[in-house]
Amino acid sequence: MEHYTMNLTLKVWKQKNKNEKGRFETYPVKGISSEMSFLEMFDVLNEQLVAEGKEPIAFDHDCREGICGACSMYINGRAHGPWHNTTTCQLHMRQYKDGDTIVVEPWRANSFPVIKDLVVDRSSFDRIIQAGGYISVNTGNAVDANSLPIEKQKADESFAAAACIGCGACVAACPNASAMLFVSAKVSHLALLPQGDPERKTRAVNMVEQMDKEGFGSCTNIGACEAECPKGISLENIARLNREYIGSVFSGSSDKA
Amino acid sequence: MTLNSKIPAGKLESKWKDYKSTCKLVNPANKRQLEVIVIGTGLAGASAAASLGEMGYKVKTFCFQDSPRRAHSIAAQGGINAAKNYQNDGDSTYRLFYDTIKGGDYRSREGNVYRLAEVSASIIDQCVAQGVPFAREYGGLLSNRSFGGTQVQRTFYAAGQTGQQLLIGAYQALERQVALGNVTQYSRHEMLDIVMVDGKARGIIARDLVTGKLERFFGHAVLLCSGGYGNVFYLSTNAMGSNVTAAWKAHKKGAYFGNPCYTQIHPTCIPVSGDHQSKLTLMSESLRNDGRIWVPKKQGDTRKASDIPEEERDYYLERRYPAFGNLVPRDVASRAAKERCDAGYGVGSSKMAVYLDFAAAIERYGKIEVNKQSIENADAAKIRELGEGVVKEKYGNLFEMYEKITGEDPYKLPMRIYPAVHYTMGGLWVDYELQTNIPGLYALGEANFSDHGANRLGASALMQGLADGYFVVPYTLGNNLADDIRTKAIPIDHPAFVAAEKEVSDRINRLMNIKGKESVESFHKRLGKIMWDKCGMARNEKGLKEAIEEIKALRKEFWGNVFIPGDINEFNPELDKAGRVADFLELGELMCLDALNRNESCGGHFREEYQTEEGEALRDDEHYMYVAAWEYKGDSQYELHKESLDYEVVHPSARSYK
Amino acid sequence: MNWKNAFSTSIGKKLQMSLTGLFLILFLIVHCYINAQIFYNDGGVRFTEAAHFMGTNFVIRTIELGLFAFLILHVVQGLLLWAKNRARRGTRYAVSAGNQTSRWYSRSMALLGTLVLLFLILHLSKFWGPNRLSQTTGHGELDLFTMMRDEFQVTWIVIVYILGCIALGWHLLHGFYSAFQTLGLGTSKYKGLLKGIGVAFSIIVPIIFALMPISFYMGWIS
Repeated sequence: MEHYTMNLTLKVWKQKNKNEKGRFETYPVKGISSEMSFLEMFDVLNEQLVAEGKEPIAFDHDCREGICGACSMYINGRAHGPWHNTTTCQLHMRQYKDGDTIVVEPWRANSFPVIKDLVVDRSSFDRIIQAGGYISVNTGNAVDANSLPIEKQKADESFAAAACIGCGACVAACPNASAMLFVSAKVSHLALLPQGDPERKTRAVNMVEQMDKEGFGSCTNIGACEAECPKGISLENIARLNREYIGSVFSGSSDKA
Repeated sequence: MTLNSKIPAGKLESKWKDYKSTCKLVNPANKRQLEVIVIGTGLAGASAAASLGEMGYKVKTFCFQDSPRRAHSIAAQGGINAAKNYQNDGDSTYRLFYDTIKGGDYRSREGNVYRLAEVSASIIDQCVAQGVPFAREYGGLLSNRSFGGTQVQRTFYAAGQTGQQLLIGAYQALERQVALGNVTQYSRHEMLDIVMVDGKARGIIARDLVTGKLERFFGHAVLLCSGGYGNVFYLSTNAMGSNVTAAWKAHKKGAYFGNPCYTQIHPTCIPVSGDHQSKLTLMSESLRNDGRIWVPKKQGDTRKASDIPEEERDYYLERRYPAFGNLVPRDVASRAAKERCDAGYGVGSSKMAVYLDFAAAIERYGKIEVNKQSIENADAAKIRELGEGVVKEKYGNLFEMYEKITGEDPYKLPMRIYPAVHYTMGGLWVDYELQTNIPGLYALGEANFSDHGANRLGASALMQGLADGYFVVPYTLGNNLADDIRTKAIPIDHPAFVAAEKEVSDRINRLMNIKGKESVESFHKRLGKIMWDKCGMARNEKGLKEAIEEIKALRKEFWGNVFIPGDINEFNPELDKAGRVADFLELGELMCLDALNRNESCGGHFREEYQTEEGEALRDDEHYMYVAAWEYKGDSQYELHKESLDYEVVHPSARSYK
Repeated sequence: MNWKNAFSTSIGKKLQMSLTGLFLILFLIVHCYINAQIFYNDGGVRFTEAAHFMGTNFVIRTIELGLFAFLILHVVQGLLLWAKNRARRGTRYAVSAGNQTSRWYSRSMALLGTLVLLFLILHLSKFWGPNRLSQTTGHGELDLFTMMRDEFQVTWIVIVYILGCIALGWHLLHGFYSAFQTLGLGTSKYKGLLKGIGVAFSIIVPIIFALMPISFYMGWIS
């Protein structure tokens, strides 16, 4: 693979805090290697800003290997940039060529208020999990792991749903800022396993209600979430969540779940 | 002060059982009055907080990330060990115990390690019950694979995302307790000091990273589950935010730091590509199950891998260690790679890499598939295609990650790998109850020094983190808190809190007021280079002595010339990082000091002066069979306390994987 | 969970859209079938017969009330959802993904739906409205076939009809499959099948409808 260096123009969203208005700032960056990751390019820019005595651009990042779900940049109109199944931290600069202009924005959704620059508050996802995204089993309650055989295909499907990293790209990409893909991934992960069965009816309903309460938009089956999900979470999970929801609506008592 | 490890008396197999049957308990009504602070929400922290919440304690959790789910345990790929013997290959609690002791090069406590092996099976049960989607066989039962340093298949896994799945399990259990009101969760909060009242840890000072405000929190006990300190090397497989600050603050308040020099260098990481490199990415050790590691037989060979014929390749691990081959423990594999590269056999543009080759595995699996599908006259291309399919099924996500980072297709070209800092076996000294020498202060998971000796075996970190959190601390904490049921919550305007907060605030002000010229990042890089060059995979007396002086000088420079933009009372990642790097600048020195003190080679600690003629690590059991627990005595002043390791069951011998 | 709550959450509202949408799709099939009778080119005999049945049968007239109720629900709920969803993103993106991550018609359901609605108002005012008015005022049914033939001589009306059918086609292209996805049928097993039927339906039905004014205009039917 040929390596090269490039000069770029970055237009980045700057916003001091939640309450102040944000705006775009333009920064030239020079000498970027095609081997760098996108965030390493930001490191270079930030080092440059610090050297000039300016404030660097704040952005969320941690593991830089595509699994923690912290990084969250909306790059030239794409959540996590143009690569398929890829988080921002795994996007590499060989995607770009000399002279390119790159516009970087934060995830934009009312339920993800901006904390600073490109950093947003995603605690609404934690609260959705708190509403039911778990199996109620206390430590020490478990039976032997192999006493519960699980059909391989179901275990694999469950795993595929559980691969969600909670980054919020689905919300960022959805024209409605809906969190359905996130919620459905968790509901699917647990509904596909026998361990998750006892709570499946209340889980789906409670998580959906919390999602609404957090102010996410509603799903209109557009599918941008699936296209942008760095972990390839499928829309089939949303279909499953719908089934789970319908199942809990049409069965059981009329009490609040 | 003498170190009391509080290992229960009695036979090895019954120590933990006896402890559990006789330890003191706290009744449910009293638990509601007892408050516990948990720092860090990785496997150890989340599992401890969830379990303690379930038991009825009032728990507060703190993490610097925006959600507990992002703790770096999430990045563990390969798997988690447990002595289930589901594969009927002769595994047992004793064998897991023995492998761990041997893997740790006889530098860990028998009692602790046996307990770890003992509870390992319960961890798998617990995780499955929580809905962790481990890999399964067609019959619906759990699948296992083998990992470095063992000859049995005891590793449970969820593709290459085991850590993620386990952490999500613990995180969900934690969120459930938050929903039930038993746990209060503080994200984007960083612990900046321990508050001591009457010689006990009674609270913390934390900084809200969004507003920059300092906050005081009381707890009857404080659990540090803040992970390891590999980022002292700047480049490591740790997350960017991983830091030693919580542990280091505790150390400066009197907690001993155990074996700081024991660092694990992981053999299979993607090599450094340039100065811009911000972190290193691990390729799971599970790849060594199928990949063969080699370098050219000719020095400085510049041919492409595919142009080097079989007989001109040196499969050096298979050559040197026929019994374990590519599956030798990490420290051995890492050193062997370094040895080849230093000797001029390295590959790639930097020459600091070796090949990890799947061609043989692809062919082998391809042939098996051909047989399975009864395809007649399959040509090489067909075999390759089928083989690639199998390899993709097993390691697809890792191969994808490799391709994203390097831009090379590992199905066609062998991967280039090189060792990188991965895990730190050292950490806060704790006793059998996971309590540090400060009463009320505990350390769990990678933050403590306890179970892995001088080298950790693959798939054992997840095991230890969850063992500590789910199954050890819920008992040992109760045993100690039973004496605290009359202690009322201490109001946070107590002078100790005020003083601690002032100390923290003064330090932050001092940092901000330096207003120098050089960035925090630059200091961190410079420290990392010193550490990697002189306290890395191989160490020697001269280098370590130089490193100590260099670090001291660098620290002085840092406190005179660092530049931190922004303000204190706002979201300011540069300030957060500055505090962490300042702590690394102190820790680095202690690590070198410890490495200098340990005149032997053991596990991840390799002193060039102490090796066999064949270049293997040479232990000195007579003089160094102890835990080095360092006490902070003031700037650059550390006092060494020794906890001798007594082996009652295992007889330490030269560790051989030949 | 009680019924009220069941239909008031975001999925509940989505179910309202799905179920009413499916009912409207059923209606389209019937409507299309009846109107296609004109293609016998028998001077409107079969068509008038069928229209007479639809316009006078008690059961059909009752269902018609339901149809209107569902139509109104579909329209009102759809517009409310659109307004609400739009407001969920306070600050809009400077650069949007556009068609790289989704289809334009999936993102434009409210617009397409509004176009269909406007067309529908025109359509109802031309045929259904006068006919029912005549019926309820005791003047009996009107000769719909003749009305069609007359109306569809006017160029702009034919163009509006064609545009209406195109809007309907795009609306269905998303709506048909979406209705089933909402009901949870978007699984690997049914996805392909439903999508295929959806595409076919969204093309064939609007074309048949569009052929009616075209045929009269071109004089293929007399």
